[in-house]
Amino acid sequence: MDYKTVLTTCAYCGCGCGLYLEVLDGRLIGTLPSKTNPINEGKLCVKGWNIHEFVQHPERITKPLIRKNGTLTEASWDEALDYTASKLKEIKEAHGSDSIGFLASAKVTNEENYLIMKFARAAVGTNNVDHCARL
Amino acid sequence: MKEEIQNYVRNLFAEGKIKGFLGLKQKGTDIGPHLFTGADQLGELSLGDRENPAEARYPLDKILTHLASEHPNETLGVLVRGCDERALQLLFTVSMLDPDHVIPVGFACPAELAEKHQCWKPFPDALVAGEPAQGVVGGEDPVGSQMDLLGKLQQWFDTFDRCVKCFGCRNICPVCYCHECTLEEAALIPRGELPPANPNFLMTRAMHMVGRSLCVYCGLCEEVCPADIPLKSLYKLVARVVGQEGTTPEGLAAQQQAVGSKQQAISSGQ
Repeated sequence: MDYKTVLTTCAYCGCGCGLYLEVLDGRLIGTLPSKTNPINEGKLCVKGWNIHEFVQHPERITKPLIRKNGTLTEASWDEALDYTASKLKEIKEAHGSDSIGFLASAKVTNEENYLIMKFARAAVGTNNVDHCARL
Repeated sequence: MKEEIQNYVRNLFAEGKIKGFLGLKQKGTDIGPHLFTGADQLGELSLGDRENPAEARYPLDKILTHLASEHPNETLGVLVRGCDERALQLLFTVSMLDPDHVIPVGFACPAELAEKHQCWKPFPDALVAGEPAQGVVGGEDPVGSQMDLLGKLQQWFDTFDRCVKCFGCRNICPVCYCHECTLEEAALIPRGELPPANPNFLMTRAMHMVGRSLCVYCGLCEEVCPADIPLKSLYKLVARVVGQEGTTPEGLAAQQQAVGSKQQAISSGQ
């Protein structure tokens, strides 16, 4: 029997609630709010309470998908990045930088969010940057 | 007090009586649940002491049901308070846990904590450490206690409006063991839509907890509520209004007393 509680931070928004992920025999089985965390003081919202669910969810996307002939098809990272870069260039040339927007994520680090902002402004030339956790 | 628990659990390990001990552990500045799998790890045991002693509480019994469902033949020790032991008894009764595979190791909550949570029996019968504090009875109605019944009801409904529907009260509850939860019933709560109006939502749970004599009045629901809705007080109030024997704290206390001697015999026989 291998039961562990792993102290971590909720990835759903910018609040930074402390929670314990419960791991039994290598699988996530639940979430408990940290009763001693100064941010959330033992409380969570409905998203935080269920954060363990997406990690092992069978429908979680783990590989890049490109829509080919109307069907989402698995692709390699190289192919996906090349495709995205060429399409972004095409759109920028045809419709201008401000026809493109970038959505960052709460599930990545500050540094990664910084990079996408930098990419939007410096490489593409638009201020159209937003974030799902702009609470 | 902690040393007594540590020594007791060390002995349980040494005598081969338990495979693991579910308790609390200090992790940096945090305190969380932990499964100790050997006597040598018990130095890191915590009793939930923070600014006030024993105040960090987790539903260890509930975690135990998850472990037992995967490993039904292993015997585990578990750290219990008065409320945990009441939940444990209930989980034995409904066969969510097997008493032959659970060894409760109890400690008494300090009087201040009993007062804070209005606990009528802040110590377990399987007491290993700590001085039992005096129980506290009451605290059933902090919302609109001076009002007439309708005013009171309105006051409660206004309080329910604060609910953010996180389901934390159900998730943390040590005695919420139903496989199919009413709060997830598609006929009552259509998937992909907002949960129903707050008063019904919280009253449904209150009636369920009290009407089926489930609630052990540990107050974890109240503690976990992001909207600070006094749920334990609501359950106490509903228990009184419903008037079902053995659902109020006093009724449960009387029941506990009746079986107390039997439990004591069991725990001292270990």
